[in-house]
Parts: sequence; C-alpha cells; structure tokens
Amino acid sequence: MQDRPPPTKRIVRTRLNGRWREDAIADNLLLVNYLRETAGLTGTKTGCDGGECGACAVLVDGVAVPSCITLAVRCEGRSVETIEGLANGGRLHRLQLAFHERLGTQCGFCTPGMIMAAEALLRRNPHPSDADIRQALSGNLCRCTGYVKIIESVHAAADATP
Amino acid sequence: MTAQYTPMGKLARPGVPLIDGIDKVTGRARYTADLEHAGALVGRILRNPVSHGEILRLDVSKAREVEGVAAVITGDDCSLTYGVLPVSMNEYPLARGKVRYRGEPVAAVAAVDAATAAHALSLIDLEVRELPAYYTSANARAPDAVLLHDNKAGNLERAVHHAFGDVVAGFAAADLIREATIDCAEVNHAQIEPHAALADYDPLTGRLTMQSVSQVAYYLHLMLARCLQMDESRIHMIKPFIGGGFGARVEVLGFEIVTALLARAAQGKVLMELSREECFITHRARPQTTTRLKLGMKRDGRITACECEVVQRGGAYAGYGIITILYAGALLHGLYDIPAVKYDGYRVYTNLPPCGAMRGHGAVNARHTFEVLIDRMARELELDPFAVRRANLLKVPTRTLNDLMVNSYGLGECLERVERASGWRERRGKLPPGKGLGMACSHYVSGASKPIHWTGEPHAVVNLKLDWDGVVTALTGAPDIGQGSSTMVAIAVAKTLDLPLEQVRVISGDSELTPKDNGAYSSRITFMVGNAAIDAATKLKKILIEAAANKFTAPPEDIECAGGMFRVVHGTQSPLPFADVVKLALIDEGTISVKGTFTCPPEAQGGKHRGGAVGGTMGFSYATQVVEVSVDEATGSITVDKVWVALDCGHAINPLAVEGQIEGAVWMGFGQALSEETRYLEGLPAHASLLEYRVPTMAESPPIEVHIVESHDPNGPFGAKEASEGALAASMPALIAAIADATGIDFDQLPVTPDRLVEALVERRRRARLATSRTAAS
Repeated sequence: MQDRPPPTKRIVRTRLNGRWREDAIADNLLLVNYLRETAGLTGTKTGCDGGECGACAVLVDGVAVPSCITLAVRCEGRSVETIEGLANGGRLHRLQLAFHERLGTQCGFCTPGMIMAAEALLRRNPHPSDADIRQALSGNLCRCTGYVKIIESVHAAADATP
Repeated sequence: MTAQYTPMGKLARPGVPLIDGIDKVTGRARYTADLEHAGALVGRILRNPVSHGEILRLDVSKAREVEGVAAVITGDDCSLTYGVLPVSMNEYPLARGKVRYRGEPVAAVAAVDAATAAHALSLIDLEVRELPAYYTSANARAPDAVLLHDNKAGNLERAVHHAFGDVVAGFAAADLIREATIDCAEVNHAQIEPHAALADYDPLTGRLTMQSVSQVAYYLHLMLARCLQMDESRIHMIKPFIGGGFGARVEVLGFEIVTALLARAAQGKVLMELSREECFITHRARPQTTTRLKLGMKRDGRITACECEVVQRGGAYAGYGIITILYAGALLHGLYDIPAVKYDGYRVYTNLPPCGAMRGHGAVNARHTFEVLIDRMARELELDPFAVRRANLLKVPTRTLNDLMVNSYGLGECLERVERASGWRERRGKLPPGKGLGMACSHYVSGASKPIHWTGEPHAVVNLKLDWDGVVTALTGAPDIGQGSSTMVAIAVAKTLDLPLEQVRVISGDSELTPKDNGAYSSRITFMVGNAAIDAATKLKKILIEAAANKFTAPPEDIECAGGMFRVVHGTQSPLPFADVVKLALIDEGTISVKGTFTCPPEAQGGKHRGGAVGGTMGFSYATQVVEVSVDEATGSITVDKVWVALDCGHAINPLAVEGQIEGAVWMGFGQALSEETRYLEGLPAHASLLEYRVPTMAESPPIEVHIVESHDPNGPFGAKEASEGALAASMPALIAAIADATGIDFDQLPVTPDRLVEALVERRRRARLATSRTAAS
C-alpha cells in the first residue's frame, strides 16, 4: 500500500527445485506468492482462502505443506520442491506419467498439489494401500474425478520404477 | 511414453489420455491467474453488507484520492443490465439504486497492488436503507411481501403450468396413488479454480482483450460489447486453461464485466481474482428446491400419471432461472413412458445470491423426488425396483408427450448391467444389519437443441487447416474446461481421416482464430461439435482423395484412405503416404481450409408450447446406479461402500474420458446427497469456504464401477451422446433407497448428514418405545 511503510524484507536463501537462490522476501509473504510471483512458478495453485483445498501443496524438506499458509521466510535454508521440479532428464516423473495416462487429471487445477502430496506419500511409503492413499490425500480436494482415477494413478506410480 | 491402457468402462477398447494432459501434470498449463500480467493493476470489488435495501449514498471520492488507485467505478459507470437470457436481463454489473442480496457488488477499484485496492475499498462510504428481506420461497411469496423487482408480482420470476395427457384418467386407472414432498438443499459447483479474469484495454487502438474462466466466451463477448457499449469487433476473447465449471461459468458473471469496465477506466490491464468466499457469493448454482410429487401406479409397476409441483428458491436475480424451472418439468419426460404428466413450476426471487445452472441443470432435484417415490411405491406393491423401471421403458424411436425426440435408448441395458454386476438379485434383502442396497435411474440432454441466442446459424462450426507440414489443425470455439472436449475433437478428425492422433492439433477458444461456439453447457459439445468436426474432416478427406485419384488416374470412388495411406482398391499401384497426398493437394491450391457444420433439425428442437424448446435435444444419455451403503447407527455416519453405474452414451469416442466423466458425475451427486449444503444466516453465507461447504474428500469417496452402454444414436458423432451429466441425478435417490433398505427410514430431505440421520434414528426408537408401551398397556 502506498501511504503506509512497506513490510520489512530480508534476504532468504532457499533450494528451489534443486537450485539454491536468494531473494529479498517480505516477512509476510506467503510461500505460494513467493513461488508464483517472485520465482515465476505458476504451477502451484491457489484454490481457496487458506488451507482448505490442497491445490497449493509443495514439498518443504520432503514434507507436503500448504504453501498458502506457509510464510516464505520460514523456508530459509530449506529445500522447496514444486511441480515444475518433478520432471527431469526429458522424462515425466512416474506420478506425472500415471496421472496423464490414467486420467488422474481432468481440469488439472488440483493436479500439481495432488501430485506433490502423492510424491510426499510415496517417499515415506513406497507401496501405499488404498486406505493409505485416501488418508494421505484427504486434504487435497478434486471436483472433477471423484478421486477414482487419482487413486489408480498413485497406485500405478507406486508400481512403476522410480 | 507408451503404456498398456486397460480397457475402460467394461468395453473391449481403451481410451486415450487428454491431448493437453502433459501441460496439466507438469504445471505448465496456464489458468487465468497464471497468465502473464506484469504491470497489471489489481481489481477488487466492494460488496454490499445488507440483504435488501436502497442505496442512499455511495461516495467514492476518498478512494479515488488514494495514491496508486487507477480507477474506481460504481453503478453509475454502467447503466446497462446483463444476463444470460435475452428476456430476463435484470442485473447490473454494479448495483444501481437497490441491492438485493448480501455481497452484491456495488463498487470496484483498480490499484497498483492488493493492499492499496483493499485500502481504497475501505474508504468508500456506502449508506443503505434496509428493506424487508426474504430467505425462503414461502416468505418471498407471501401476499404482503415487498417486491424485489417491481415488474414481478408475488416475487415470482416465472410460473410454468404444463399438462400433457389425461392426468385425471391416469390417476383413476391407478391401483396405488402416493405423494411425496422432498426438500433438496442448495448446493454449489465448488470448481477448484476460483473465478478470475484478466482484461487488457489498449487506449491507443480502443481494443479490449479479455481472458477469463468463462464456459461460454461468446456470451461474455456479447455482454461486454453491450455493457461497455463497444463494437463486437473491438473485443478479443481468449480462453486460457479453465479449472472446472459444472455450470458455474455458463452465465456471464458480473465480475467479468466489472474487470473490463475497470480496465477501460484505468486505460490498462486489470487482473481480478475472486476469493473462495466471493466465488460462493457469486454462486449461480443449483437452487434449494421443494418438490411435491404425486404418482399413480398399476399393480404391475406401470406408472399411470404424474403430477409434480416444483418450487425453486432462485435468489435475487433472473440468471438462468426460467430455463431451470422449465427443465425441472420438461425432463419429467424422456426417461420413462408415462401417459399423463402435469407440471407446475415456480421460480421465486429471494434475497440470496442468484442461482443458475449446475450439472444436470434443473432436472436433478425433480428426478431425485421421482425416483425416491417410485422406490417407495415399489416397496408397498412388493415389486422389485428394477421391475418397476422395466415396466415403464420407452419404445424408441418415439416422441415424448412434450414433444422431445428420442431415437436411442439404452436404459434397459443399463438396468441389466448394474443389476448383474452388483449381485442385486442374490444380495438384496440379505445383507447384514446396517447395510443396504438401492438403485435409481436418470437421464440428460446431449445439448440444448435450441440455443439461447437464436441467430439461425448452425449449432456448431469447426474449421480445419491443412498445410505443407502435414498437420491437420482443428479450430474450434468449444472450450475444454477439463471434460476433454479438445481431445474429442482431435479423435473425431483423426478417426475420420484414419490418421494417428498426433497428426491432429486443436486450437480452441480464441475469437480471432476460431469459429464462434455456443460453449460448454448442456453437454452439447460432443454431439454438436463432434458432428461438425466429422463433417469438416469428411470434406478434407474428399479433397485428399481427389488429389490421390488424379495421381493414380483412377476414379475417386475407387480410392481408399486408411492407416495414413491412400491406395486404389483392387489396384496394383503402390499406395501413396498421407504426406505425399497433402503435397499433391496443395499444388495450385496452397493451404487447404475446410469448414464443417452441424445443425439440429427443427424436429429436435422441442415442443411448440410456451417454454417447449427447453428439454429439446438430439439425444438423451441414460443411466442406472446401484449403491451399497453401511450405516453406523451410533454416529449417524453413512459409508458408501460401492457404486455400480451404467451409462448409455451412445458410443464412447474416448472411453477413458467417458469413464472419468461418469465417475465425476456420480461422485458429485453423492456430495449433494450426503454433505453439501449452503447455509445463510440472515442472508450471510455461513458456508463460504471449502471447510464449511463439505465437498467429499478422498477419505469418504466410494469406489465406482463404471459400465459404458452403447446404444449408437443414429444422429450422434460415431453414434455418441453426452456422458458428463446424465449419471448424476441417480446418485441421490439410489443412496436414499439404500439408506431406507439399511434402516427402514425414508428421508425427505437432502443432504442426509450424520446429525439428520441420528435425529431420525432417535425418532424411530422413540416411536418404537411408544408402540411397545401401548401394546403393553392394551
């Protein structure tokens, strides 16, 4: 706002999708806005007014967090992974491939958050049961699929070689 | 990248992934809020805080003085109404004179950042004199109620009275006559992408570029031209990726016009992103509905007459209301063969956010009531619910009483499939306590055959471009909102030309490139745009065959085009590959452009009676569901253990996408059945977040077994009909029937939340105790 002093900023160092970077970040900047506006990574979505839908899920030190209720300054010295960091070597990540081939994505808006939350699950539990998947992804809302093909996609990814 | 696709929907063939799927799984897909908007101003809306009132003062002078504010607009900046129906445009982008629901936009600001915009909004001085407000249809219809709109007596937006066949004789012939009055709560689309728009006004050229979440860019184009008083040719509409719709974005939404007004006032670019709360307030979804239904039935289950009254609490403005209340009556027809149907519908204005179209538009709550009542009557007549449906099947081809055309009808096979797959005959009535099975049927149109803006144009146009690189580019205005319509167009073209899918590209939704399209509503795209795509590809094929025939010096009718090769049937010459034939066809001609069209014939456009066009369609999809539930009597929680669904989509052009659409539709119905409900406290939305508005999560969503039934509609593209809406309306009645089977309790209210179930169980125990004590006393 123009007629009030801007919030203080500090230099924050994060490892974003495997590469360290430094940015001057306002104390009140949310991680989702840092990713979308400062880093230009718009794959991470905002679907609600704060912590309701899971569309903004990213990994911080390997743990899925809602980036819309996480302060960017809290990521100092930590690793942040977004949907843009998953595919590498010219190949889709196994979750991306499974969601694509099995229609785990329809409109696609919840997909980045869904895939990141699923990635966090597979890292800690490489062979989840149906119940494990349902529990781990219950904070990620999808309005298109009825979740059936999302669950199938996560199973398929778990069965594929990483 | 290749995978072993499993066959879909119990068909013998697989489907294909969406052609834009890789963009979605990699995060590359750009939705409106992701579009490049460097230097754009931030738009914000001031919303009125009362349910009904007269604006006495609206002073924006202080807001205008704030540094960083580029524009402030109010109702004074647009004196033209907007709306989806030409006959009932009664809403201003920003309120003028009166406000009719809490949260109605009254002013808007464009500023350099969100904080400045919010600060400017806080400086706007709004004084409103409150008027009596009505939150129920009954209160709004009371004789002494103040009118929301001066020209609408009784706060009735539209009353519909339709009667077909001899209802009196029908009831006289019945062995059993029963009534039910069922209340369905208002629900919301809750598409995961919040509403957003990016408007760019270039003062140097006087042109406006608009990117928005709209499902029907053409309507928005029309309304922007109207409300901004701009020539249509100065407006450029571009469709970004769209994060779901379900009807939420079929109507032009006020915020879209406001964003464009702000951009012009600020002479620049404005990005408007609505909060989730604002999305709920914008609403335009399925209204709270009270349906009173009376049915007559013969002992063998044949329905003899139907009398139905529907009251929809429509909210403060017209929106789609007239169509919604007409659909509720029109689609009492077309599923079963009923000799007499009387319908009375009332669409009521109330001081709540306006309702609109939502998946299964208009038909869902009436269908729910209908299916619930026939289930109860079947029980009373000791008939199997499947047998009752079978006793009332249509014989096709036919026209319904209200003049709807039905050429293909797979309901009988849907019944067979889920009855067998669910083990209905062996298991029904033999499940352990607390478990139950229920079933129901539903249907929906494959596109409204009379467009809202009737211009005499074809119902769909697709252009194809073929150039030296051998790529067939399909240009369509049909917006893919996640349902897979662009993939459907690609398949239709590739299949007609017998080319690999990769050889076809689809460009959609850019008014400077693509033909006009009526948009993603009423499940019209597969039938109409699919047929137009086939028509275009057939014309292109003819051109290529002629070029090949010239080369072969053979008559065109002897040329076969298959597997990307052209050859003379029974000839000895070596076949020509597609790429070579393209080069031959380009000689003397250059880039080839062809146009395909599709027009619904007059006989598909519904009846001649007032409102008779609503319900008219080229073909209906049909569905049957069986639902198995477990009821926990201690907590009142209901678990849907499994759903078996069969849907007749005529032909599955992409079985993978068809299965996905059916699963989504069935699941959305369960949300409405079990947990979804808007709640207003004196007009204040108490549900306006995704925590309060209970969309089912993955934890409580059922496994869904899909069976695709193919009845091969004679007019459908490859025989196809719609697949996205038809299955939804059976979810709720099948679930209610399953709960009745499990508990013996008949619910007349949706959703069946745990507290309502517990209340009903307590009541049942109280009655049982009372009955026991009476027996003991006597």
